[in-house]
Amino acid sequence: MDAHNNSISASPASAHANSVFAHVVRAPEDPILGVTVAYNKDPSPLKLNLGVGAYRTEEGKPLVLNVVRKAEQLLVNDMSRVKEYLPIVGLADFNKLSAKLILGADSPAIQENRITTVQCLSGTGSLRVGGEFLARHYHERTIYIPLPTWGNHTKVFTLAGLTVKSYRYYDPATRGLNFQGLLEDLSSAPAGAIVLLHACAHNPTGVDPTLEQWEQIRQLVRSRGLLPFFDSAYQGFASGSLDGDAQSVRRFAADGGECLIAQSYAKNMGLYGERVGALSIVCKNADVASKVESQLKLVIRPMYSNPPIHGASIVATILKDRDLFNEWTVELKAMADRIISMRHQLFESLRAKGTPGDWSHIIKQIGMFTFTGLNSEQVAFMTKEYHIYMTSDGRISMAGLSSRTVPHLTEAIHAAVTRAA
Amino acid sequence: MASAMLSLASVSPSASLSTHETPKGKLKLGSTSWSLNKERNCLFAKTESFGRVSMVAAVNVSKFEGVTMAPPDPILGVSEAFKASTNESKLNLGVGAYRTEDLQPYVLDVVKKAENLMIERGENKEYLPIEGLAAFNKVTAELLFGADNPVIKQQRLATVQGLSGTGSLRLAGAFIERYFPGAKVLISSPTWGNHKNIFNDSRVPWSEYRYYDPKTVGLDFEGMIADIKAAPEGSFVLLHGCAHNPTGIDPTPEQWEKIADVIQEKNHIPFFDVAYQGFASGSLDTDAASVRLFAARGLELLVAQSYSKNLGLYAERIGAINVVCASSDAATRVKSQLKRIARPMYSNPPIHGARIVANVVGDPALFNEWKAEMEMMAGRIKGVRQKLYDSLTATDKSGKDWSFILKQIGMFSFTGLNKAQTENMTNKWHVYMTKDGRISLAGLSLAKCEYLSDAIIDSYHNVS
Repeated sequence: MDAHNNSISASPASAHANSVFAHVVRAPEDPILGVTVAYNKDPSPLKLNLGVGAYRTEEGKPLVLNVVRKAEQLLVNDMSRVKEYLPIVGLADFNKLSAKLILGADSPAIQENRITTVQCLSGTGSLRVGGEFLARHYHERTIYIPLPTWGNHTKVFTLAGLTVKSYRYYDPATRGLNFQGLLEDLSSAPAGAIVLLHACAHNPTGVDPTLEQWEQIRQLVRSRGLLPFFDSAYQGFASGSLDGDAQSVRRFAADGGECLIAQSYAKNMGLYGERVGALSIVCKNADVASKVESQLKLVIRPMYSNPPIHGASIVATILKDRDLFNEWTVELKAMADRIISMRHQLFESLRAKGTPGDWSHIIKQIGMFTFTGLNSEQVAFMTKEYHIYMTSDGRISMAGLSSRTVPHLTEAIHAAVTRAA
Repeated sequence: MASAMLSLASVSPSASLSTHETPKGKLKLGSTSWSLNKERNCLFAKTESFGRVSMVAAVNVSKFEGVTMAPPDPILGVSEAFKASTNESKLNLGVGAYRTEDLQPYVLDVVKKAENLMIERGENKEYLPIEGLAAFNKVTAELLFGADNPVIKQQRLATVQGLSGTGSLRLAGAFIERYFPGAKVLISSPTWGNHKNIFNDSRVPWSEYRYYDPKTVGLDFEGMIADIKAAPEGSFVLLHGCAHNPTGIDPTPEQWEKIADVIQEKNHIPFFDVAYQGFASGSLDTDAASVRLFAARGLELLVAQSYSKNLGLYAERIGAINVVCASSDAATRVKSQLKRIARPMYSNPPIHGARIVANVVGDPALFNEWKAEMEMMAGRIKGVRQKLYDSLTATDKSGKDWSFILKQIGMFSFTGLNKAQTENMTNKWHVYMTKDGRISLAGLSLAKCEYLSDAIIDSYHNVS
């Protein structure tokens, strides 16, 4: 503070002379959102936005699920509904139903009442609350995240108070999983360390372990006493099956061990802007779970007091009603199927064109994103010459593609691979 | 060993003991007896010769074994206790949520209208930008400062949508910690119970300035000024814009001027918490006077805003953090850094409440209807204050001055009851309130005033 500037002045002009915020620098634009900013500025009619991690229809439009609109109408029509504060842990029904959704209704962990589930602000909020809890109450303050991972993971965990390290995950040579490297790195992590695992549809690579590989990971994690922290942002979206996409998490929960699970409904229910998610902590027993829950409340109260009601109410309405639930699974499968269809179309198109290279990873990878293997020069080339907007790590959102735009993307990739470095 | 790992729940003691490695090292067997504790679903070792803890040697102990049970939230916990009570006379004067005369929660008509409009329009649910809904930020700034205010016209204001008041305070706390390391926040004594938690978790040091004077049941103005003056230069001073929580005691306009003087003198940074705009006096503009007074002096300042009470949007978590800066360039930079704090906390804020606010506050017809509902709510509270005061003075023969009930402003009244007396209120009279003696008049009906007045008189005179 400038100690000399202590004269009381009513004149705004002189008060402007020194700002207490003079030392605050401008933060760079978020790298992922910056893609959309650039896309919006481009006047070309051929432009394609493949940066967005949000589902788009075949017409390139955002989608609100019919079942969501139905649920919302029910809620708004219900005259008995009020907007009173939710409990700190959120909507009780929502919490129970979310735990059932990820773990299965017959999960022993649920039956033994040894899970605490708290409503949080989508995936990000669940990861942050979980991270803060661990930083305060867990003896090992290091979390191992896969290389690469979602761009926000490191910041979330660092600000939560954890030290972030990485384990090998993606193998650029095969455009697949570096399983050996993963096992080696987790084996050499300190006993008890926290390990972040993408439950399915790894972001950004789309590369998931097979079920056999998951089993080996589970055994390694349990034998080293590592603490798994699942990020489940795509349940149902990856394969089209809610149960299928939850297998990795369910096997861990079934072995009697403990784990954390961050769930998001942003993609699978299209509730992006409503910020709906849940953090579950599977504990050894009910007594521990109840104490853990009480401490989660102490993390949440000074952060935002209690979570927002609207999105959670929509989810609860859908999950608890047999018909709405079934309708949801149909709409969810349709979204997943369209993505899978785009994968096949792009793959066939590149093959038909004779684009050099093995592009089979496009159909092997799972979920919303494809890690193309294109380098940043090739990406820049595609943006400049073909108006293709994507993140510089070579990740494309299949959700942003349509049958109509596959040929244009094929041209661009072909040109990038044959002409650019 | 792999097969033993798979079925830990039903493992036989011998299979996993010999080679299992726990985070605390290999198990010692020694003179140890092992038993399967069915409730805890794990094995316990009772060791006679190894002094301490059977836990240490136990297989499958929870990684969170040492986590203790946290106490219930002092404010939100009151509602939980109220719900658990089965007594017919029970009265919830804990949390500051508006109730009708029938003691029912109230969803404003304008809010219902806005939600219906939103459904009709069939808007999408895409992510908001990190800083929130632009239309919301615009109307929120205008509501607080007035649309013609120079801070808006000169674009010197950074407004970021936050998770109601709490979330907005937390963004500010994190910002202070990062950009003003070591700077203190001065908070009033008393203040809203969650303020200190927010600053503790933000890792921002805080200290208290005198505020409530129990002798006068009014403002300790001298003490307040002295403590603000004594604080290190460049401190943040947390001020309640109107309807101070929990006391209901607000400075007069003249006192606000003097507070601004001493803040300017010490180059402190005013930090307003505005959770009751419109709810205090019934007038949105009047209740914003303190903030506007400071802004008019050209000061840089922060304002955390909430729509929980004045638009009844409690559970939607809608509010904003506003930072008035010396220049538009500073405002741009500050906004970018607030975004950097929000992104690793929740990425972007929830859309529903923001749209409701944008629709109500941004539409002249709905805005006027809102003003009328606002006056009605504030009016009901004033009516209840009067009735409570009348009941107290009619019943209490001790000559105690109860006029503070009429002088205090907003949703709350600071009764001056101590902890033992408030316990009596709850245990004997089933009146649920916070231990600091605060009652929420929003939860009181005219019909219950006499009962409450009996409870207060009994607690005040018969319990020490």
